[in-house]
Amino acid sequence: MKSAVPGVNTATVCKCEAKVTTIHIDDRPYPAKDGENLLQECLSLGFNLPYFCWHPALGSVGACRQCAIKQFKNEEDKRGKVVMACMTAAKDGIRISIDDSEAREFRASVVEWLMVDHPHDCPVCDEGGECHLQDMTVMNGHVYRRYHGRKRTFHNQDLGPLVNHEMNRCIQCYRCTRFYRDYAGGRDFDALVLRNQVYFGRYQDGVLESEFSGNLVEVCPTGVFTDKTLKRHYTRKWDLQTAPSVCVHCGLGCNTIPGERYGTLRRIRNRFNGAVNGYFLCDRGRYGYDFVNSRRRIRQPLLRKHGIAPLQLASKRDALQLLGEILSSGARAIGIGSPRASIEANFALRTLVGRDQFYLGLSERDSRLLASILDILKKGPARTPSLHEVELADAVLVLGEDVANTAPRLGLALRQAVRRQPEKMAKKMGIPLWNDHAVREAVQEERGPLFIATVADTRIDDIATRTFRGPPEELARLGFAVAHALDPSAPQVSDVSNTTQALADAIAQKLKAAERPLIISGMGCGDRAVVEAAANVAWALCSTGHAAGLCYAVPECNSLGAVMLGGGSLENALEALDDGAVDTLIILENDLYRRTDAAMVDRLLAAARNVVVVDHIEHATSAKADVVVPAATFAEADGTLLNNEGRAQRFFQVFVPGNDIKDDIWGGIAGDIQESWRWLRDIMVSVGRGDEARWPSLDDVTAACAAAIPNLEPILRAAPPAAFRIEGQKIPREPHRYSGRTAMHANVSIQEPEQPGDPDSPLSFSMEGYPGHPPPSLIPRFWAPGWNSVQALNKFQDEVGGPLKGGDPGERLIEPLQGKKVAYFQNVPAGFKLRAGEWLLLPLHHIFGSEELSILAPPIAELSTEPYLALNPDDAVDLRLAAGDDAQLLFGPELMEISPGFPEEIPRAYWLPVRLKPELQRGTAGLPVGLPSPGGLAGIGLPAFGKIRRARKENRIEEGRHE
Amino acid sequence: MWNSLKTMWIIFLHMFHRRVTIQYPDEKPKIPPRWRGRIILSRDPDGEERCVACYLCAAACPVDCIALQATEDEHGRRYPEFFRINFSRCIFCGYCEEACPTDAIQLTPDFEMGEYNRKNLVYEKEDLLIDGTGKYPGYNFYRVAGVGIGGKHKGDAENEAPPVDPRSLLP
Repeated sequence: MKSAVPGVNTATVCKCEAKVTTIHIDDRPYPAKDGENLLQECLSLGFNLPYFCWHPALGSVGACRQCAIKQFKNEEDKRGKVVMACMTAAKDGIRISIDDSEAREFRASVVEWLMVDHPHDCPVCDEGGECHLQDMTVMNGHVYRRYHGRKRTFHNQDLGPLVNHEMNRCIQCYRCTRFYRDYAGGRDFDALVLRNQVYFGRYQDGVLESEFSGNLVEVCPTGVFTDKTLKRHYTRKWDLQTAPSVCVHCGLGCNTIPGERYGTLRRIRNRFNGAVNGYFLCDRGRYGYDFVNSRRRIRQPLLRKHGIAPLQLASKRDALQLLGEILSSGARAIGIGSPRASIEANFALRTLVGRDQFYLGLSERDSRLLASILDILKKGPARTPSLHEVELADAVLVLGEDVANTAPRLGLALRQAVRRQPEKMAKKMGIPLWNDHAVREAVQEERGPLFIATVADTRIDDIATRTFRGPPEELARLGFAVAHALDPSAPQVSDVSNTTQALADAIAQKLKAAERPLIISGMGCGDRAVVEAAANVAWALCSTGHAAGLCYAVPECNSLGAVMLGGGSLENALEALDDGAVDTLIILENDLYRRTDAAMVDRLLAAARNVVVVDHIEHATSAKADVVVPAATFAEADGTLLNNEGRAQRFFQVFVPGNDIKDDIWGGIAGDIQESWRWLRDIMVSVGRGDEARWPSLDDVTAACAAAIPNLEPILRAAPPAAFRIEGQKIPREPHRYSGRTAMHANVSIQEPEQPGDPDSPLSFSMEGYPGHPPPSLIPRFWAPGWNSVQALNKFQDEVGGPLKGGDPGERLIEPLQGKKVAYFQNVPAGFKLRAGEWLLLPLHHIFGSEELSILAPPIAELSTEPYLALNPDDAVDLRLAAGDDAQLLFGPELMEISPGFPEEIPRAYWLPVRLKPELQRGTAGLPVGLPSPGGLAGIGLPAFGKIRRARKENRIEEGRHE
Repeated sequence: MWNSLKTMWIIFLHMFHRRVTIQYPDEKPKIPPRWRGRIILSRDPDGEERCVACYLCAAACPVDCIALQATEDEHGRRYPEFFRINFSRCIFCGYCEEACPTDAIQLTPDFEMGEYNRKNLVYEKEDLLIDGTGKYPGYNFYRVAGVGIGGKHKGDAENEAPPVDPRSLLP
C-alpha cells in the first residue's frame, strides 16, 4: 500500500535525514539512526524501556526521568553514568546498557516516587486496563507500597461534557499541557502552582476550548483525563469488541477504533495512520459516535398504507414484498445516492436503478463544486497531499475554507506546518528536532508563512502570518491575483485594490520561496471561483517549478467517492420526475432537506408516487417516505470511503446490530438492520433480478463496482478481501481477555448463541483467531504483551513514530497529471458590490453542530449553538439591531415581491437572534450551516442574498412556512 | 485364597472404624469457611454495595460466566447496574474472589444449588447480594480510594492530606 508516485514518500518522513549508525546496547551492536534520541531507537529496536513524558509526536523534554539508562565512555568503562535515553542522541559507537542494575534501580525508584501520591483508584478508574502508568509500574517491578504517609489530593474541575478530570491521579509528566498548548494551540489550560502541588487544569471550571481536547484522554499516561462519554456506559478495553474503522464526520477520513459492548457503541479511539490522522483525532470524530445508539435510529422497516396513513412497523419480508411489487409493476425508479454512504452502497443503488437513473443527492451547486474539485485534482499538475504531508508544508495559503470547523484535523496539521520554517533555525543552532523544549525555546513565537483568507475569523488565526477577510468573490480575486503574481500567464485580475495586490505579492513571494508550498481550499464557502482560484495558485506554482500541494476540504466522508460514481444533482432528479416517466424515488442515507431548498424537496417528494428511504436515522425526508428500511451505520456495516485526498479506506463492521442481548438490557426492539447494499441487493432479488446481483458478500459488490467504474479499481486494494487468512485464521474483533461470554446472554437464553459469522471481512466476531499482528488495514486494536495502553502502538510500527508495519492503510485513487501544459481558469469574478437593503448571506461552519450525524450525540449537541444571524456591527447599527435582538431574515427566489395573495411566493422568513461579528465585511451576513432548525433553514444553499429587517414581535409568525 | 481371606478380614475390621459417611441431607456436613461454594456479593461496613464494577472478576473468570455493567450514582460512586453469574458454567475456582480488589465477591461454603432447570442457575445481582460483609469485615474501598463520592470528599479518605489550593501563593 505504498504510494505509486515516484519521489513522494507517503510514509512518515523522518524529522532528520539520518544515516544509520551502530549503537551498542548491553554489549551487542544494533543499527540506529544517527542523531535520533536513544529512547526512540531502543523502542524501535523492540526493547521495553519505560517512559512517561516522551511522546513520538511531542518529542522529548526529559521531565519524568523514567527512561534512565547507563552510558559508557568506551568498551573498558565498566562504571558508566546514568543518562536519560530520551535526551541523549544516538551517536556512532555509543555504548549503553538498559539492563544495568543501577539503571534498573533508578527507574524503579522513579516510579515508586510517582506512586507515592497516586490514589488507590484503579478499580474505579476508567484508565485501568489500558493505563500506561500501570504498565510502567509493572515493567519496573514496583509491586509493594513502602510509603504509608499521607497522600496529596486535589479538587477536580468540570471540563465540559467530553473530558473527565480526576487530578489526584496525576504524575506531573506535562504531556497534557505540551499537547494542549504547544501542539494543539489551546490557551485555556495550563500547569498551575509549583513543587509537588503542580495542577493541570483551567483557571476555573468550564468547557475546554480546544477542539482537540479529547486527545488528552489518550495523551495522559494515567487516568487524570478520561472519556466522559464512555463513563456513562463504562466498559474496560478488554471487553470492547473493536474493528478498524474510518471516521464519518468530515471528509478527512481519519482512522478510528470504535468499541462495542452489549450491542451499543461505547467509544471511539484513534487508530494510528501515519499518512492520515497520526496520533490525534478531533472531538467531533471522537465524540460524535452516539448517533449509533440514538433513539432516532430506524430499527425496523416502516410502511405507509394507502399513502396517507402514518408509518407503521412492518416485517422485513413485508417490506421487501411491497418493494418488489412497486418496482416490478412496470414503474420506473430513480435512485438518489449520498455522500455519507459508502461507495458500495451507492453503487448498489446505481445498479438497482440503472446508471442513468442514479442521482447524487446533492444540490446543483454542491455537485458542481465537487465535480470541479475532482476535475482539478485529476487533470491538474498539483498533487493533493495526505494530512501528514500537510504537516510537512512550509508555506500555506488557506483560501476560503474555515478548516478548524469543516475539517478540524486539517487545522491541527496546519499548526504543525507553521513550525517547519522555524525548525530550520533550531537545526542551524545544532538542536535536534526531537529536543522539543529546546526547539521551542529557540524559535520562540516564530512561525512559518500561513495566509488565511476566509469570510470570517477562524480558530487558527492565531498562527496566521496575515489574514484576509472578504466575501467569496474577494477571496477568489485574491487567489487569482496571487496566481498571476506567481505566473504572469495566469489570468489577471482587474481593478484590484493596492492593499489586496500587496498582500497577493507577499503571499506569492512566500509561496515561491518555500520548498513545499501548499494551497488549501474547499467547499466551505460554497463558491466555485474560490475553488478555481486555489487551483490557479497551485498550478502557477507547479508551472514555475515549485511542487505545490493542493488540498480541498470536502464536507462528507464519501463526498469524492460519490462524485466519482457520477450522477446528476437533485435538480436533475426533479426534472426527471416532472417529466412523468418516473414514479418511484429511492433515497439512500440522505436527508434531502439538508441538501437543498425545502420547497424543492417538497416538490420532489410529492411528485413521486412511492418514496423509499434506506437510512439509519429518522429525519424529515424519512418522515415523508412511504417505505423506510433500516440501514446499518458505519459501526454495523463494511464499506469503502474516499476521503478528500482521494484515499480509499475500508471501514469494518464493529458489531452485529439488534442481537438479543441489547433488547433485554436496553429495551430496544430486535431490529432488521442490515447494510444498505444488502437491502438494495434484497430489493433487486425481490424484483426478480437475482442473477444480476447475487452479491453474497461485500467483496462482490466492491468487485462489481471496480469492474463497472474503472477509475475506482484501486478500492479493491484498500484492504485484504474477506477470504484473507493468517495461518488459516481470521482476525478476532474481541481481545483474548474478552469476558462474560457465557453470562451476557444467559438472562435471555441459557444456551449460548453461536458467534455471528462475517462473510464480508477477514475479521471474526469472536475472541478466537490469529493472535499476532494483522496487516495494517485490519488492526482492530493496539495491544502488545506488557503494553495495555495505546502506547502499544510502538510495537506496530517499524520505527516508533513512523508508518505502521506494512505501510499506512489506504489506497490513493487520484494522482496529478504531470507534464501537460496548465490550462488556467479564466473566470475571474467581479469584485463584491454592496446591494442596498440586501446582504450576502455567507455560510459559517461549526465543528459541533454543522455535521448531520454527530449532532445526534448528546455531548456534541450540548456544545453546539442555536441558529443565529451574524452581522457586521456597523450594519447592525444601520439596521438598529444589537446583539441578541431578533432579526427577520427574508429569503427566497422571489425575494423582493411580497405578494400576499399567493402563498407560494411568500419569501421564507426566519427570526434569528443577532450576533455581532466584526470580521464579516459590510454587506455580508453569516448564517450557521446545518444546525438543526425548523423551517428548512438547514437546506438553504449559501452564499445567497437575503433581506434583513429588525423583527417586530407583533408580526412574528411561526418559523417559516415549512414547519 | 490367602489374599481373598486377608481382604475379607480387612473389610471386617472396618466395621469397628469411625464412620466418615454422614447421612446427608438429614445430617449436614461441617464445611470450612474458606470452602469455594456459591458466590455472593457482600456489602461494606456501612451497608453499601462493595462491588465497584471494576470488571476484574469477569476478566479473571476462566469460563467467562460473569457479566456486569458499571454505572455511577449522581455523586460518582460506581456500582454494577447489573451483575450476573451463570452458575451453570461456574467451576468455583475462586479466581474472581482473588481478583476482587474490594472484597466484594466471595465464595461461601454453600454448595446446595441443584436445580432441575438450568435457567434457574443464572443469578442476578438481587440473588447474589447479601446484607453483610461476608468473610472480610471492616474493609471499605471508598474510604481508601481517592475518588470523591457522596459524603466523602477529596482529602477525607484514609491517609489523605487536605486538597491543594491552586490559588495559594504560599511556597
